[in-house]
Amino acid sequence: MMYDTIDIALLLAKIALVFFVILTLAAYLVFAERKVLAWIQDRKGPNRVGPFGLLQPLADLIKLLTKEDFRPIGADKWLFYLAPAMAAIPAIMIFAVIPFGAPLTLFGHTVLLQVSDLNVGLLLFMALSSIAVYGVALGGWASNSKYALLGSIRGLAQLISYELSMGLSLVPVVMLARSFRLSDIVNAQSGCWFIVYQPLAFVIFLISIAAECKRIPFELPEAEGELVAGFHTEYSGMRFGLFFVGEYINIIVLGGLAATFFLGGWHGPFLPPVVWFSAKVLAFAFLFIWMRGTLPRLRYDQLMHFGWKILTPLALVNIVVTGWWLVLRG
Amino acid sequence: MKILSDIAALLTGMWITWKHMFRRPVTIQYPEEKRQPYPRYRARIVLTRDPDGGERCVACQLCSAACPVDCISMQPTEDTDGRRSAEWFRINFARCIFCGLCAEACPTLAIQMTPDFEICTRDIMDLVYEKEDLLIDGCGKSSHYNFYRHAGIGVTQPRGNGAEELPPVDVRGLLP
Ligand code: SF4
Ligand code: SF4
Repeated sequence: MMYDTIDIALLLAKIALVFFVILTLAAYLVFAERKVLAWIQDRKGPNRVGPFGLLQPLADLIKLLTKEDFRPIGADKWLFYLAPAMAAIPAIMIFAVIPFGAPLTLFGHTVLLQVSDLNVGLLLFMALSSIAVYGVALGGWASNSKYALLGSIRGLAQLISYELSMGLSLVPVVMLARSFRLSDIVNAQSGCWFIVYQPLAFVIFLISIAAECKRIPFELPEAEGELVAGFHTEYSGMRFGLFFVGEYINIIVLGGLAATFFLGGWHGPFLPPVVWFSAKVLAFAFLFIWMRGTLPRLRYDQLMHFGWKILTPLALVNIVVTGWWLVLRG
Repeated sequence: MKILSDIAALLTGMWITWKHMFRRPVTIQYPEEKRQPYPRYRARIVLTRDPDGGERCVACQLCSAACPVDCISMQPTEDTDGRRSAEWFRINFARCIFCGLCAEACPTLAIQMTPDFEICTRDIMDLVYEKEDLLIDGCGKSSHYNFYRHAGIGVTQPRGNGAEELPPVDVRGLLP
């Protein structure tokens, strides 16, 4: 395949756009989370900075940037400084494979609204989501603090409990779409969304991504009630901010993946594809915030029990049933 | 089935938080929207006067003894007519916890709590209130009470002239 200047310019523009949109969205997701939690608790939430408090993320950013960058005595310097980036970068890299709109035609070129249409996009997502846990594990280990270490151990225990069921719940999707390519998966759902064929896989995937982005029923690595702040206890300033933003980027990305795999990606009637995709992502983000405002935290043995003894067998049965169904349908 | 009841419980919780999202918040937007505290709210302390305009405080030190954080101090003095008062009287509001024990201890109802809670300042020394700052012209919450009408025998009025006070008994007249 030959690339010319316009192709490369368009690609760079896409990357810049995705970066800008994702980072802004992550900042405003923090704001939205504070607002929605406040409403759930009959409060008003942040409303002082700017109209309706809309400049709050900016104020937070300034606060984080001007805070002291603190490193505990005995912390492993390099790992301690690298871990926040290790948590945030894989999260944003996953977005490269998500198609967020129908292909456009610009300057006589077909532009996929997707940074890279990889033929193993789904596998790349699985790989990167496992790498992201290194940030948690190494950050906690490098901090030289017992709370941080306990948090990162829990993060690992959590990873091995949900990662398997998350992978298995995606197998039926691949079987239906007959491709690992995310744009193929989206196109396979132009008629009927996979959630209709695969409600069980959808539920398993939803639970697993809640664990993946360390949200409340499964926020064991942080567990502010028990572990102060878990793996990022010792972080301050913008390094803490990076962990934080990484988590919200994760919500956006995983919401986007759930929409891609089960809710037809950008497909939808009447409205433009990008709007449909954003609406689905925001709906998932809202669901996560809503769950955070409602549910209590599990113990980590409960999570492992749930992951290994319930979700994984269910996902396996689901694969077998889907296989039979595909064979019988011919 | 346990799992069904568990799922039902989860959904009930989600439904309740959903409903609360659309409730009116209970927040009071403080600087713009001020709540009027109840009359017996415990905030800035005042020293009141009796209905006749005299200072009620007799500098008995009971309030400063009752104060758990020792933020009241005073110097008692006595007028020529035998009436006691405080030469100076000082409350350090930077230290006061607004517990109201001083007001409860006061036998003359001189020291009283008011609902005015907005006394914060930038300079902590501004929170040390002297007698001039504390003394008000009114009677506060008890508009009729005058300590010297009931006690302080012989100080402000001759014996037997106080309220509910019987004339002094003629000891000799009771002799058989
Ligand atoms: S309110 Fe309590 S703390 Fe304040 S002066 Fe009175 S006794 Fe002391
Ligand atoms: S304010 Fe009341 S308790 Fe305190 S010294 Fe005066 S009379 Fe006594």
